[in-house]
Amino acid sequence: MAETATHTADHASDHGHHSSTGLSNNKLAMWLFLGSECLLFGGLISTYMLYRGRVSDGPHPSQIYDIPFTSVSSFVLLMSSLTMVLAVTAAQRKDDRRTNLWLTVTAVLGATFVGGQVYEFTTFIREGLGFTTSLFGSSFYSLTGFHGVHVSVGVIMLLSTVGIIKKNKITGNKAEVVELVGLYWHFVDIVWIIIFTLVYLIPA
Amino acid sequence: MSETAEHHDHGMSDAGYIKIALILAAITALEVSTYYVDFGPLFMPSLMIMMVIKFVMVVSYFMHLKFDNKMFSFLFYTGLALALFVYITALATFKFFIA
Repeated sequence: MAETATHTADHASDHGHHSSTGLSNNKLAMWLFLGSECLLFGGLISTYMLYRGRVSDGPHPSQIYDIPFTSVSSFVLLMSSLTMVLAVTAAQRKDDRRTNLWLTVTAVLGATFVGGQVYEFTTFIREGLGFTTSLFGSSFYSLTGFHGVHVSVGVIMLLSTVGIIKKNKITGNKAEVVELVGLYWHFVDIVWIIIFTLVYLIPA
Repeated sequence: MSETAEHHDHGMSDAGYIKIALILAAITALEVSTYYVDFGPLFMPSLMIMMVIKFVMVVSYFMHLKFDNKMFSFLFYTGLALALFVYITALATFKFFIA
């Protein structure tokens, strides 16, 4: 009896805390959070779709978008999803060295994307598109800015995960912690997949 | 057997993920090409289809929804469907009744 209890406790420790469904509470919470994030970004994307043609002053979308530059940024973010999933598989194999390597590469790719976005914003401001210039400007900066903040938070999460793995501070299931960070990171990527098509590639 | 079970639980091999990433990169290149090449009436539908394919591939393979418990798919796709319903309704309202 005691042995069974010990075994169950060990099992729970290996696979995180489980709900009555037998699923990890942490994963359930993360998926619920991501489902709610769809509503946040849905609101921002639909606001942009409504207002992208409303340019009373300042440049129009087609005058300022730099598609080759944004395409490279998109490619960088897409590849960061690959390095993230490689970090997750390395964590499942309990290979800490490769896990940290891929997490760091993902963070660097994410930081590159954010750097590209900062460059894009400063270029747009120089060309006369401020946050309050037009409804197009407000909705564009709100949408892409919120996404950029999410990527930045993701980079902080990735680097923090590298730090806590190095210090061996994760008491529970290490692979699940990396997987949860990965879920957030991939979500940021799928939001950009939508933004890249609807905002940049489809003309207003 | 145990390796197969492991892959079933946690997704694919590293090589499989690299293949998925290459397909995603190719689709992205095709998307960008629509900016330079005239796709005519296929422009909008092709972009939307490619966007959906990329979205589903990342969610299914990289986020493991294809291999994970269906409860996670339910939670995520319910949020997504709710968002789509609410915002398509809002967009239609602004477009047809207010504009």
